[in-house]
Amino acid sequence: MVTLRTRAAWVLCPAAIYAALPAGAHAQVAPGDAFPSLASAGLAGASLPGTSGRVVLFDFWASWCAPCKASFPVYSRIQSDYAGSGLVIVAVGVDDTASAFNAFMARMKPSFAAVHDAKHALVAAVQVPTMPTSYLVDRSGKVRFMHAGFHGDQTDRELRREIDALLAEKPPAP
Amino acid sequence: MRSRLKLALVAALGAAALLGGGCSTSAARVRPWERGALADDSMNPDRDPLGAAMSEHVYFSREAANGGRGVGGSGCGCN
Repeated sequence: MVTLRTRAAWVLCPAAIYAALPAGAHAQVAPGDAFPSLASAGLAGASLPGTSGRVVLFDFWASWCAPCKASFPVYSRIQSDYAGSGLVIVAVGVDDTASAFNAFMARMKPSFAAVHDAKHALVAAVQVPTMPTSYLVDRSGKVRFMHAGFHGDQTDRELRREIDALLAEKPPAP
Repeated sequence: MRSRLKLALVAALGAAALLGGGCSTSAARVRPWERGALADDSMNPDRDPLGAAMSEHVYFSREAANGGRGVGGSGCGCN
């Protein structure tokens, strides 16, 4: 005997699960999670710098995002200040077109690596909460700090504090 | 007769839940990296100052009120 409750459960449970699903197939990457592999994302642009065993700052940006434009000079200063300490900055552009990406690159001339996530494979895997968002990844490839948005000096200070802390950590044993 | 009524009730509840799920924010949300079109200047209702002033004048003449356009411009919802 199938009761009304059983029938209702069969119908309502899948609907509730569907409604609760986020807009992508992935969950948002958060501190403590492993950062997705760059190699499988099919990124175009500059050749990927070596990130294995290094502290890496990933920044997701787009040419149509005003705070992203404001963030590039700050990242350039961070890059020049920490390049000798082993920090690697990878800026991941999510523009729909290569022309928009290239025009932005030509205008900003960043001193750090910039790649184009044309198919949105990496950004969809990371599920950034806003544009721009940066992720600080430790030497073992684990996300240790996430910064949503760009807020000028405040962002600069927070990133430098976290970068200093990560660079001070001992590298994992080989 | 009563079981048919129950069945109809369950079907109605299921349809409402499915429709509600389809209209939920999880299905309709534009993700942050897909908002380039929203940031385009063509999405800005005030991109033409003369047109905006004319609209404001018409609004004032018809409604005897002005202002209140608290939300202006386009945007990607960044930051």
